[in-house]
Amino acid sequence: MTTKSSITGTESPTGVTVTGPGGTSDGDSGTTGRGRTIPRTGESFGDGSTALRRALRWWPIALLILFLVAPYSALPVPGLLDGPLGSPGSLQLIALCLLYGALATGYDLLLGRTGLLSFGHALYFAAGLYCTDLAMLELRLPLLPAAAVGIACATLLALLLGAVSLRVTGIGFSMVTLAFAQAGAILVQRNPGGLTGGEEGRAAPADLLPSSLVGIGNTANLYWIALGYLVLTLAIVHCTVGSPIGRVWAGIRENERRVEVLGLRPYGYKLIAFVVAGALAGAGGVVHLLLTGGATPQSATSDATLALLVMVVLGGSGTRWGPLLGGLLYTWAGHRLGDLANSSAVADLPAALRVPLSQPLFLLGGLFVLVVYLLPGGLARLPARLRAARAGSALPVRIRGNEAA
Amino acid sequence: MNTVVLLVCTGLGLGALYFLVASGLSLIFGLMDVLNFAHGALLSVGAYAAWWASAEAGAGFWWAVLFGTVTGTAASVLLELAVIRPLYSRPRDQILATVGVGLALPALIMGIWGADARPFQPPAALAGTVSLLGAVVPVNRFVLMGAALVVLVLLRLFLSRTRYGLVVRAGVEDRAMVTALGIDVRRAFTLVFAIGGAAAALGGALAGLYFGSVNPGQGTGLLIFAFVVVVMGGMGSVTGAAVASAAVGLVQQFANYYTAAGLGDLSVVVLLAVLLLVRPRGLTGRLA
Repeated sequence: MTTKSSITGTESPTGVTVTGPGGTSDGDSGTTGRGRTIPRTGESFGDGSTALRRALRWWPIALLILFLVAPYSALPVPGLLDGPLGSPGSLQLIALCLLYGALATGYDLLLGRTGLLSFGHALYFAAGLYCTDLAMLELRLPLLPAAAVGIACATLLALLLGAVSLRVTGIGFSMVTLAFAQAGAILVQRNPGGLTGGEEGRAAPADLLPSSLVGIGNTANLYWIALGYLVLTLAIVHCTVGSPIGRVWAGIRENERRVEVLGLRPYGYKLIAFVVAGALAGAGGVVHLLLTGGATPQSATSDATLALLVMVVLGGSGTRWGPLLGGLLYTWAGHRLGDLANSSAVADLPAALRVPLSQPLFLLGGLFVLVVYLLPGGLARLPARLRAARAGSALPVRIRGNEAA
Repeated sequence: MNTVVLLVCTGLGLGALYFLVASGLSLIFGLMDVLNFAHGALLSVGAYAAWWASAEAGAGFWWAVLFGTVTGTAASVLLELAVIRPLYSRPRDQILATVGVGLALPALIMGIWGADARPFQPPAALAGTVSLLGAVVPVNRFVLMGAALVVLVLLRLFLSRTRYGLVVRAGVEDRAMVTALGIDVRRAFTLVFAIGGAAAALGGALAGLYFGSVNPGQGTGLLIFAFVVVVMGGMGSVTGAAVASAAVGLVQQFANYYTAAGLGDLSVVVLLAVLLLVRPRGLTGRLA
């Protein structure tokens, strides 16, 4: 039934535009095509809702403006960040968080939207990263053409390998993507022809970068680039998921066989998702190159893909803000927990507590298992679950609507 | 000739290591449809337990190997009971949970014993070399091959001669039917996890011997090659895994030696992709 409603969505685009702005947090269920069967989504701004609620719908814009002006602020954020908000160190960390939030959002196009469990997403990220770097280093191209080359390479690679990998389904697909990504990681490590720099990677050439992007004083510019990349990713994911293609993706995720029965070939749709996600990851690689000033082989390892997977599941796969939230949280925690481990408060603890606390990856891995176990929808579904729990059995429809997703 | 003999022995030794990891992985996937990403971590647990017993607690080598195997088995059973079982009705979440454990366990080991490799002191009897057909081959290669052969024979006997082996074989064939016949197949799940964990931990303890040191990332690094073996041999097939692991070990050693270093690893990984694409049914192969 879900599949059917999502397919009718392709025929009546008006239905899509109603759900689009209709939900803030509810939009998550709306984008899956399931939300429209629940009247709540449409009503929320149709009848008795107040002007306040209407204004609250614009919270993402308000948040974006806050993020935009953050570099001008000297607000101290004790606990969350080391220095004041606008200091280069803090901006660098926030920019990394935004970048990984965007990468996770792009990865969720595969995992949460189309239901494809890819273990090779880091390959396209690394392709964008290394190809851009090499285009500058070896071909002496300026930044923008080099970035275009990098993104084109990542997209082409995603098209090529996606076309091959998608010939198998289920866990076979996961393993083929893992194999390709591992091959890429080995290649980068082995440093063919001295191109990739092996273990050390290659630093980006400072002479070819615009001077406004070099140096610690210009961290704010890099921060805005990361923010721009995030907004771009969110917009692309939002548009594609709401488009007729996105409806078919939701159908494939729910039941691929039924999509076939309806006369659609899932292969092409899955390939589109794979290529769009790959291109977004490649663009993320360019941003990463600018932010960190070089390409390192860690970006190509399967651990990088697993980190993205953890971010998406932590935040909530298949939701609009979940992957972003997970990416922000994971990256921030990964950096801050490292500082915590070196702090005196932890150093004084007995060994049984100190050792686990000093390993960010242990805490994050453990947290991940807990989220998978206790919070199947991720953090993004937590408010809905709490609301459902509070409402109890009075609103069975709402509970079912949230649980099923 | 000397080189070829040495490469064959080293390749088979490496293949034996792959087999120890892959046999359990293959049985677990065949029976439960869980691709256990924490299997590499179980190997690390076995390796570090054996290292700890021999270097810190001063136990003899074979006692250390036994201790490592027992610890790994316990960790594996705990993993199945605490993490896999509650997620029984959510197959994808089972895989995700093993990914989480696979990240957390090596990190915990790193937290306790540091990120650097710890040297593993083999006993004098196993540290030497023997000459075979004019080549000088380290003894530990044969220890690994012997261990893999013993595990293979024991697994074959268990699967073909015991009642639980029968349940496991039937479960790999058709889990729903076994349940319908009134047999609690979940007990077989725990058993298969225990067997797989024991084999992987034994592999970890012997990997310390093979590589001369233990490090936290060892298991995860071997996992991808174990995947190759599992897919080549057919999921759920122990004999298939044995043949495939020997093939993978040999191909890797020869390609690494005669072509550029690293090309062997690359060829094996590409082999995995090609096999899956040409024979997608390799994943659904049945118990041989």
